[in-house]
Amino acid sequence: MADAGMLRFHVPEPEVRPGGTPDFSNVPIPKAGSAPRPEIDVDPRTIRDMAFSIIRVLNRDGEAVGPWAGLLTDEELLEGLRNMMTLRSFDARMQMAQRQGKTSFYMQHLGEEAVSCAFRKALAPGDMNFPTYRQAGLLIADGYPMVTMMNQIYSNEADPLKGRQLPIMYSSKEHGFFSISGNLATQYIQAVGWAMASAISNDSKIAAAWIGDGSTAESDFHSALVFASTYKAPVILNVVNNQWAISTFQGIARGGSGTFAARGLGFGIPALRVDGNDYLAVHAVAKWAAERARQNLGPTLIEYVTYRAGAHSSSDDPSAYRPKTESDAWPLGDPVVRLKNHLIHKGVWSDERHAQAEAEILETVIAAQKEAESHGTLHAGGKPSTRDMFEGLYAEMPPHLRRQRQQAGV
Amino acid sequence: MPRRTMIEAIRDAMDVSMARDERVIVYGEDVGFFGGVFRCTQGLQAKYGKSRCFDAPINESGIVGSAIGMAAYGLKPCVEIQFADYMYPAYDQLTQEAARLRYRSNGDFTCPIVVRMPTGGGIFGGQTHSQSPEALFTHVSGLKTVVPSNPHDAKGLLIAAIEDPDPVIFLEPKRLYNGPFDGHHDRPVTPWSKHELGEVADGHYTVPLGKAAIRRAGSAVTVLAYGTMVYVAQAAAEETGIDAEIIDLRTLLPLDLDTIVASVKKTGRCVVVHEATLTSGFGAELSALVQENCFYHLEAPVARVTGWDTPYPHAQEWEYFPGPARVGRALIETMGA
Repeated sequence: MADAGMLRFHVPEPEVRPGGTPDFSNVPIPKAGSAPRPEIDVDPRTIRDMAFSIIRVLNRDGEAVGPWAGLLTDEELLEGLRNMMTLRSFDARMQMAQRQGKTSFYMQHLGEEAVSCAFRKALAPGDMNFPTYRQAGLLIADGYPMVTMMNQIYSNEADPLKGRQLPIMYSSKEHGFFSISGNLATQYIQAVGWAMASAISNDSKIAAAWIGDGSTAESDFHSALVFASTYKAPVILNVVNNQWAISTFQGIARGGSGTFAARGLGFGIPALRVDGNDYLAVHAVAKWAAERARQNLGPTLIEYVTYRAGAHSSSDDPSAYRPKTESDAWPLGDPVVRLKNHLIHKGVWSDERHAQAEAEILETVIAAQKEAESHGTLHAGGKPSTRDMFEGLYAEMPPHLRRQRQQAGV
Repeated sequence: MPRRTMIEAIRDAMDVSMARDERVIVYGEDVGFFGGVFRCTQGLQAKYGKSRCFDAPINESGIVGSAIGMAAYGLKPCVEIQFADYMYPAYDQLTQEAARLRYRSNGDFTCPIVVRMPTGGGIFGGQTHSQSPEALFTHVSGLKTVVPSNPHDAKGLLIAAIEDPDPVIFLEPKRLYNGPFDGHHDRPVTPWSKHELGEVADGHYTVPLGKAAIRRAGSAVTVLAYGTMVYVAQAAAEETGIDAEIIDLRTLLPLDLDTIVASVKKTGRCVVVHEATLTSGFGAELSALVQENCFYHLEAPVARVTGWDTPYPHAQEWEYFPGPARVGRALIETMGA
């Protein structure tokens, strides 16, 4: 029997802090190919264990193995690699541009490129993502122009959002990318509402909700799961578990549940955990969930197990709260390297071609950057007008705003 | 012309809108099968089916958050928050999401939603069924806030709100649902069936957002009121014999400043009345606007009569409520200043 008497307060702590030796031995990594692939109309109660395992396709030798493998052609895989490399290169340039004072803020994807790049390819035209700030791969993989993204980041005269939004808070209805809020978790229930609307309208489109491990603690996450479960909404509920919410390790949001995927079980929502650094696994699981949604089988919760190899944002310094070498110790490796090795293993790629592609991509990114900068950066060159500040709040400007605009002299 | 209660008028507005536009969806707590705790949605599920009128989980942020997603898809949700006092969990979704979606996406996504909620006290609802949170909405850029005071306006304003391309907060003074309550809680309320503003035309009509109505023309003092307080002000004017001009604002944002300014310039005096708490209430905004726009016409300080700065109490409801006696005193003091 536990000792009665004085109560003790429990605050979870990560295994290691700065100065310590990174240790992920507590993260069990199942063998690639070992997870079964259930039918899409599976009774969620029979696959509860999948909320505690990890679906993996790429093994250590770069082979794609198991029942979740084999969905993508070589061309599609090569495109996926190129998209992830583009996102990484884009991030590096924009992170540098932020350091050079060309914009106020930036958020990169380092280590998480597979999640958004592969997921995008599981959706159909017209489907809608409700992303967080770390899914720009959804845009890159859908062919959204990099220069437009940069114009937004620079808040310049060509910024499609007229300088109103923080850098990287893109919006593109055309590319199935809902306006990023910057508030955490609010979009999760909105995605469910969008999916409910699609079902109400007897449409065929589905929605995808996105959230990070830390923000699952928000009440909007609970709202979304209640609504998605109640109305069997055609929505994919994505949780990107990159281990860190700024300086807070994922255990603070997760508590005693074991995994974030397990949150879905109480709602009767099928919950899968997937290797988020495995392009093939992410795509295959997303495809499975998309098909379920489209077949009126309702929502699926997917936890992508990944690692935020970079800082939270340009305003963050991870060395203050986690060991510097922790990302090297991450047991699921790097998504770009893993897909590269797979393609080399398949004989359709090589180190030389990879290096050449890297150089070409960098050139494309730099060209886009030059073009964007010709429209201005945050503190230099063309910028949105003061008039833009007053416009677009309402469909029709109300009298009080007209008066204020006149006062501002615009 | 048929006479309707405010409940029937509100229901009719949704009925007419749902019949005209299949994108209009109605949901909320107890809203579907049962028809709402105040019966505003009674019969809509039977008429339009469960996909267009349904019960929601007890989750206000979920109700509003899902409505925002539906609006982004292209529907026009008109959702109910059971009491305005329950809207706080949805406040994040309303203020940071619904209000700003058009702006932050530069029109890529818009949010044509209506969020209906019963407001105000007078039914012994205590602190959690009596609040008037309108100032929490008027303070937010991107929302429109409407408070009808009679069945005719309630229907026309609600149809206008549903057809509006932007998010509208629709506050329904619950003490007016069945009649023009004037604050004399010890007397029976005249039913809407005996009041001219209980006349509600069949079919489609709108009352435009942003336009006030002059309920009583007068020359001595302007009273700015909305919702229940319109009738309280009328009672106070009659009981004091002061020739007050009573303006029913109807829409708080956008505000019909022109009507306000024209009246105060004519009367030279102004009393602002609302049921909500005083400090930082909407009356503060009204008072400031009158001062800014009518200073050289004012004969007396702008007065405010409001609920006290306490939570809405249960047993002391009528001591809290700014009834005709308090409004009357303010009219007399303003005339004597």
